[in-house]
Amino acid sequence: MNDKHRKDEGSASRPGGWRAFFLRPSARYSVATLVVAGVVVGVLFWGGFNWAMELSNTETFCISCHEMKVNVYEEYKDTLHYTNRTGVRATCPDCHVPKAWHHKVVRKIFATNELFHKMIGTIDTPEKFEAKRLELARVVWRTMERTDSRECRNCHDYESMDYMDQSRRAVDRHIAGFDEGETCIDCHKGIAHSLPDMHDEDPSIVIGTVAE
Amino acid sequence: MKRFLILSCVFFVSGMFSLPTVAADDEIQSLRGAAGIEDESAAPVIKHWAPDQEPIERDYVQQPPLVPHSVEGYKINRKSNKCLTCHSWTRYKEAGATKISQTHFADRDENVLANIAPRRYFCDQCHVPQRDAKPRVKNTFEPVPAIHQP
Repeated sequence: MNDKHRKDEGSASRPGGWRAFFLRPSARYSVATLVVAGVVVGVLFWGGFNWAMELSNTETFCISCHEMKVNVYEEYKDTLHYTNRTGVRATCPDCHVPKAWHHKVVRKIFATNELFHKMIGTIDTPEKFEAKRLELARVVWRTMERTDSRECRNCHDYESMDYMDQSRRAVDRHIAGFDEGETCIDCHKGIAHSLPDMHDEDPSIVIGTVAE
Repeated sequence: MKRFLILSCVFFVSGMFSLPTVAADDEIQSLRGAAGIEDESAAPVIKHWAPDQEPIERDYVQQPPLVPHSVEGYKINRKSNKCLTCHSWTRYKEAGATKISQTHFADRDENVLANIAPRRYFCDQCHVPQRDAKPRVKNTFEPVPAIHQP
């Protein structure tokens, strides 16, 4: 015990090096100064981090890339999530970025892959985008299946649904779907963007193109 | 030549007298109604989708069945067909929908294809949804008793 104590003392009192930077107590600044400075710097860093993250969570940021602006954004402007009877609009991050902080950070880390593909121009023409549309759509569909359509449910809570106000078809399918444990995206595909060629997903809903 | 001159004079004079009569005729209106050129014409009332209903009876034997529900936002294009997500043969039971007719699998040479024939793919060319609009022209059409019991 005593030996160990002496050893610790020895390493802490050794001057210089990175260990000293972390371990040696300050001889010049008071504890109060250090605490206040720490809090101020902490607030600036943390606030700045969240501010920058929120900045990347806006529609303006999303459509600052032409890949988003000319393809998916134009399609979305034709749909109910852009314009509707009550004037409530869901923008890109409402559906594509989780609200909870830790899920959001994980999504943002995965988004670095998107930056990489932006740099190498994977989908920089409408033709390239169209060729990859099914693959990209499947990524989003799989994510939403895995999270039980978490982002949809930020607004659409089935416990808040008034079946009296829904059409007959909607009531039947909603009740059956919820009973079978289906999630929003299982049926509601292509509600905010054009669908990809669905022949590979379900050959019964599209004629399909002749194989080349 | 003289006869031609006389004839054209007759036409011209009769035209002069008949012109004011036509212009004064209230029966004839432009598409925008009786509003003057400077006036704003009244905007037509927006017709809403008819509420979902049971299948609508046909009025004549060859009539493509009408769509008894709203199809707002439904897209039919080369890549997908929203109607078929309920009305296809693989989906109709689960969806509780009418399945597409077998005739829709045949091309114009009556070859039966493995999937819906391209000429029958665009549903809304024949099957039309309903809005709360009244017929613009009155008619006295009655379905034959064989398909409609009064």
